[in-house]
Amino acid sequence: MNQLEMRAVYAQTLIELAEKDDRIVLLEADLMKASGTPVFMNRFPERTFNVGVAEANMIGVAAGLSAGGKIPFADTFGCFASRRAYDQFFISANYARLNVKLTGTDPGISAAYNGGTHMPFEDMGIMRNIPELVVFEPGDPVSLKALVIRCALHQGCTYMRLHRKQAEKIYTDNESFELGKGKVLKDGNDVTLIAVGVIAVAEALKAGKILARNGISAAVIDMHTVKPLDTELVLEYAKKTGAILTCENHQIINGLGSAVAETLSENYPVVMKRAGIYDEFGEVGTQEYLQKRFGMTAKNYVVNVEKLLKKKK
Amino acid sequence: MEITEVKRLEAKALKIRKMTIDAIGYLGVGHIGGALSVVEILTLLYEKHMDVSPTDPRKTVRDKLVMSKGHAGPALYSVLANKGFFPEEWLHTLNAGGTRLPSHCDMNRTPGVDMSTGSLGQGISAAIGIALANRLDGIDKKVYLIIGDGESNEGQIWEGAMAAAHFKLNHLIAFTDYNKMQIDGYVHEIMNVEDLNAKWNAFGWFVQRVNGHDFEDMNMAVERAKKEPYRPSMIILDTIKGKGAFFAERNLANHNMNVSYETAQEACKLLDHPTNRIK
Repeated sequence: MNQLEMRAVYAQTLIELAEKDDRIVLLEADLMKASGTPVFMNRFPERTFNVGVAEANMIGVAAGLSAGGKIPFADTFGCFASRRAYDQFFISANYARLNVKLTGTDPGISAAYNGGTHMPFEDMGIMRNIPELVVFEPGDPVSLKALVIRCALHQGCTYMRLHRKQAEKIYTDNESFELGKGKVLKDGNDVTLIAVGVIAVAEALKAGKILARNGISAAVIDMHTVKPLDTELVLEYAKKTGAILTCENHQIINGLGSAVAETLSENYPVVMKRAGIYDEFGEVGTQEYLQKRFGMTAKNYVVNVEKLLKKKK
Repeated sequence: MEITEVKRLEAKALKIRKMTIDAIGYLGVGHIGGALSVVEILTLLYEKHMDVSPTDPRKTVRDKLVMSKGHAGPALYSVLANKGFFPEEWLHTLNAGGTRLPSHCDMNRTPGVDMSTGSLGQGISAAIGIALANRLDGIDKKVYLIIGDGESNEGQIWEGAMAAAHFKLNHLIAFTDYNKMQIDGYVHEIMNVEDLNAKWNAFGWFVQRVNGHDFEDMNMAVERAKKEPYRPSMIILDTIKGKGAFFAERNLANHNMNVSYETAQEACKLLDHPTNRIK
């Protein structure tokens, strides 16, 4: 089976964690069905707290549970987890140095028919501004499971962007992952595509194949953790390939592209381009339509790489 | 409560009030109004009701207090210093660079502070989380929560009000410091919170309303709240903002005001005079 529903993997991983550690608790704000976590509630009803449509309160309660020694996971749509409850997450969880694991589902255009009101294009960016916070977005079901386990073990707050729909496996089941360590999916010499998240990583891999057919050797990296950024890997591939395209299902402002640009400009400037959403609001549509609309396609990545390589010369 | 016990608590509160005025006066500026209005309730809780240990401030099984109106930190610090959580000399480091006593409560800096607060409205949710964690662990301890009247303008207070009743958190005992003033003026003029009793009642809480400077009244209310089998408790404290400091009491500018050390010392001396004792 190569495709798995990400939310099912998320819920199953939480159950496995909770079976081993009674400190694991789950908080919901009336989006349990969307997050796929009713299975967790059925297994651990006493450790599941649904606060209703009240995201600010959910995060504050999670902080309190953490102060009481628990390891709370809380999830809601990314737009609410970030924009709506930012101050609660910032102060009650992060500033208080507690241990809250926040998940924002439906990153970027994956919110599809829910449209612009529900499309977080900026959540990674505003979360990246919180000191010490770990910000990550798994690119497939295997890394999702491994990184959720890592995140439970991490002492401190985390923010995970969760594409909750079906996603193709890009790793084998026994692959190991660390927060803050990117994965080289395909090696190359001419250019590096650094991608994050299910859609961008899948399209970057496709772009890598197209480029290979055109005689361009492209490396592809799954940079699942945007903060702390794996600067060592970024610089290694900047030196090796001399050109970088970042690919993300997020605003180009303050997301993965910005993080990579900051690292390059301060340490080893090479030509680069950020592929992502160019300072726009979201809109409704199928995922296919939205990928084309916002340039989140292998074809667009190839066009960008070709332009980059001209600048490189 | 025995009359001797009332006298003991009054003497303690007098000392803590003076320590608070002195600390803010030493710095020259501070949230004096809302600190002085909670002196009696903090004294009552820490001196009579709370199971806490100055030598082991983070022991797992203990009562906890969330000062949701985090700017009342200086009053809490006086109570904690008096109880031996840290040396009283620390009070003169209030808001100094590198201090362990910042204007707003910080659980990672100050021994005895159970939750970091300062962004209004957030403490109620944290208190709910702590009460839920206690329940999961079978810890039969109380979580005390102090919110402000101006703070009750925040929507999160009412999200928490709904949730605490829904989760039947009878171990959560909250207080509203109803001193009738917020930063920009009187609460009833800026954003009226009345009818507070009816509101908390309607949300499903056990509501009492008492004089927040009277130990006997407050003690009876806390005793009743502790016996409540199902509902969270809200004890509305009628208080006076700036209580006891002649330069601040009932002064609409007292939320965060300048005060010289000489004036602060004069205020403390006045409090010592028997005819000026707080009743």
